[in-house]
Amino acid sequence: MTDKMTQAQAMMQSLPHARSLGMIVTAMSAGQATITMPYDPRLIGDPATGVLHGGAISALMDTASGAAVMCHPSAPAATATLDLRIDYMRPATPGQAITARAVCHHVTRTVAFVRVTATDADESRPVAMGTGTFTLERPPA
Amino acid sequence: MTRKPPEPIEVVKSRREAALARLVAGVPYIGFLGAGFDRRGDELTAVLPFHPSLIGNPAIPALHGGATAAFLEVAAIIELAWSSLWQDMEEGRIDPAAETFPALPKTITFTVDYLRSGLPRDAYARAMVTRRGRRFATVQVEAWQDNRAKPFAQATAHFLMPEP
Repeated sequence: MTDKMTQAQAMMQSLPHARSLGMIVTAMSAGQATITMPYDPRLIGDPATGVLHGGAISALMDTASGAAVMCHPSAPAATATLDLRIDYMRPATPGQAITARAVCHHVTRTVAFVRVTATDADESRPVAMGTGTFTLERPPA
Repeated sequence: MTRKPPEPIEVVKSRREAALARLVAGVPYIGFLGAGFDRRGDELTAVLPFHPSLIGNPAIPALHGGATAAFLEVAAIIELAWSSLWQDMEEGRIDPAAETFPALPKTITFTVDYLRSGLPRDAYARAMVTRRGRRFATVQVEAWQDNRAKPFAQATAHFLMPEP
């Protein structure tokens, strides 16, 4: 694991809500972040099927998006979600981990734009896709 | 013609409380978040008591955007399911103790706007069903903390209604 990844993992561990959902950073590069969340029965939305609740997937996608902003080459000092729209395309398969891949594809002086996709084991058919805008706090000059 | 006397208030209340409790207990994720619902007649207020595990950024400290989004989504889906259930229950078509309970609506899209950072305090949310069709429904939801006039997040969601 590279230093940057160790650092990212440590950061994830320092976010209480991300830690309580069991999120793990699996890849990170300029403006891109991949975070995985294991299947957990406590996160079920519909006990009849065992499908995870959309809220848990939203939390994962929000975290991956924020992480993608933080590792953008513009090196932001901090970020916060302005808005996030998520389309749920199909129920996640029970028992499988969910992976969110976020790309911060554009930044202005104050705003970052992100696209994010969530998949389960079948990566060819996304579970959910999202678009978000985030605040961007530049480091002091 | 003699009118049926009104049911005793305890009977009415316990039926309504049982139905709400059963609806909420049906979603394990609500328990994970630690959220609950306050009922006044048919009006629901979702309550998210503060807990350190809901923190996103410990430096500020602020509620995690994901926890906020999840809370709004839970508030929206329960309001939608509750308002469908209400009429059926009041008109005696659904027994809160019945074996089968109606399935929950499914989220199609969920759009959340963050208006200010969530403080390390309790949060409240109220949802309103803006349109209910046979197949689709639209719900708006708003969350606030200390001051009702200063929401910290709002969301719009579209749901697929369960097959009757």
